Amino acid sequence: MNNPYMPYPVRIDDIEVATEDRSLKTFTFTFLNPDDEVAFDHKAGQFAMLSIPGKGEIPIGIASSPTEKGFVKFTVFRTGVVTKALHNMAVGDIMGIRGPMGNWYPWDTLKGKNVVIIGGGFAFTTLRASIVYMLDPANRANFGSIDVVYGARSPGMLLYRDELFEWEKRDDINMHITVDGCDDPDWAYNVGFVPTIVEQKAPKADEDTFAIVCGPPIMIKFTQPALQSLGYGENQIIMSLENRMKCGIGMCGRCNIGKELVCKDGPVFTLEALNKTPREY
Amino acid sequence: MKVIKIDKNQWTQGVDAARKSYQLFGPVKIKENYCFAPLQGTQQPDMNVVDTVLSPKSAVFPQTEKLLSATLDASKPAHHLMKRADTDYSPRAVIGIRPFDARAIDLVKLNFDTKEYRDPYWCDAHDATTFVGLAVNTPSQFDFSTSMGSGPFDEKGLDVLLVDTDSAYLAKVITEKGQAFMACAGFDQEATPDDVQKIEALKKTAEQAITTKVDTDNLKEKSLLDLHQAPFWDDVAFSCINCGTCTFVCPTCWCFDIQDETKGNDTIRFRNWDSCMSPLFTLHGSGHNPRGEKTQRVRQRFMHKLKYFLDKYDQGTMCVGCGRCVKSCPVNIDIREVCNLMNAYEPQK
Repeated sequence: MNNPYMPYPVRIDDIEVATEDRSLKTFTFTFLNPDDEVAFDHKAGQFAMLSIPGKGEIPIGIASSPTEKGFVKFTVFRTGVVTKALHNMAVGDIMGIRGPMGNWYPWDTLKGKNVVIIGGGFAFTTLRASIVYMLDPANRANFGSIDVVYGARSPGMLLYRDELFEWEKRDDINMHITVDGCDDPDWAYNVGFVPTIVEQKAPKADEDTFAIVCGPPIMIKFTQPALQSLGYGENQIIMSLENRMKCGIGMCGRCNIGKELVCKDGPVFTLEALNKTPREY
Repeated sequence: MKVIKIDKNQWTQGVDAARKSYQLFGPVKIKENYCFAPLQGTQQPDMNVVDTVLSPKSAVFPQTEKLLSATLDASKPAHHLMKRADTDYSPRAVIGIRPFDARAIDLVKLNFDTKEYRDPYWCDAHDATTFVGLAVNTPSQFDFSTSMGSGPFDEKGLDVLLVDTDSAYLAKVITEKGQAFMACAGFDQEATPDDVQKIEALKKTAEQAITTKVDTDNLKEKSLLDLHQAPFWDDVAFSCINCGTCTFVCPTCWCFDIQDETKGNDTIRFRNWDSCMSPLFTLHGSGHNPRGEKTQRVRQRFMHKLKYFLDKYDQGTMCVGCGRCVKSCPVNIDIREVCNLMNAYEPQK
């Protein structure tokens, strides 16, 4: 019988320091058994449990796109027992992954629509997966305009910088990169908090435009009125949540917000759906 | 349904016969208190205990349980690869489980055996277990099971229901598992129609002996958000010390934690009972806590039992009316009162 607590064994193939303060690293994993890679068939927006025997498990958003084959990628902030252990691991080390878990951004609904991606800080991982997925030549024609507002404290704290600046050069995606503050006179992009840049740069809402928001609680709190002032309805604002989790499969009981479980019914909810919950997140 | 009569003189002998094929669990005295535990050697279940301190949920959901294990020794093959812990799932039987506790296990199954995922540890244990229940002839003052979709003679979740008629047990054989257990124990004397009538009479008497009535009829139609925002939660939670006793004694509380423990190079992934009364239960890595306040946690427990579960599964509340939390709470928080408050709540317009 399939045991949902059993991680797929993986090997760390690459570790990249993701931010200038070294608090985030991007890990690339390959599956030891090729069948497991096939079984781990994810969609952009889902998460997985990174499992280190002897330390524990952590739920982390999948940063690689389903269109990127042969590996899976996760960007992890060093904060607790498991993330510290992970940051100290080396290329070649063996560990585990359980998943993919949860729902995903509503790709069926988004088909043929304009998409505005809004992210802040570390919470850009599943958004990166989504952008890579939408920009894939096989998928790009399925979407209208794509706008991205992404902000971090400083230029060195932006994740996936090489990709961001490459996307800047393309004409099929409108990038609005911003930082809270910057003393580099050559900084060619925006300075200001994400909600402000959203108000200034994001497209006005029409019925064919949807916003995907992922970021720290304070950013989400102030981005919501910004989007509403641009005319976005509650069903056009799509958010990805996090809550403490253990099992990731809807059984251990702690990640609920009302009767919804963030691990199984989420992590992706529309604002409309969230407004029907007690919002304990 | 087949009803078998077991003369009490033959009971011990039957239990011993069943012991050869089943690992038996039953109510036994541990220090000062009665609990369900594996019966050791020739130990007999105490069939006169009405309410054990802890429910028998541990027969299928142990307080601590090995899930996976691995070696961290890099010189060994398959190091860092986890494998399922070796657990004995040979047949077991829980003797003397009370109907409300069997009903509870039936409700908890909704959580562990789902369309998307099947928890193999809980389900394998459940599959291996035969539930030989004992009807409650004399309900305790804390019993309000008849209000909560169960009752002293409820058969849901049971394989056999024993009814104590002083000189004999009358055994209603409910499932094939129950039939197999009875055959194993050598109980095969069919009851007479007169005996069967006794069951009905005892059932009626027992149900009438439960005088506490808790109202649940409005819970379903109440708005989840109205109840969540109701003004009474601070009062309900005021005296709570967040000890978690209610969650541990509760037969339907299933929340668990997963932890790794390592000794030398051997590591084991365990799961342990957890409690929504603990602030750690929901604490984020960032320090943020969506249920950091006591009131939020107390509200979570009652809302989960009496509203979220009801809305999600439409199978009644996640309370079976055993009364253990009422009896064990050190500050006298009473789920019967909270349920009535919720059921009667009308938001101020």
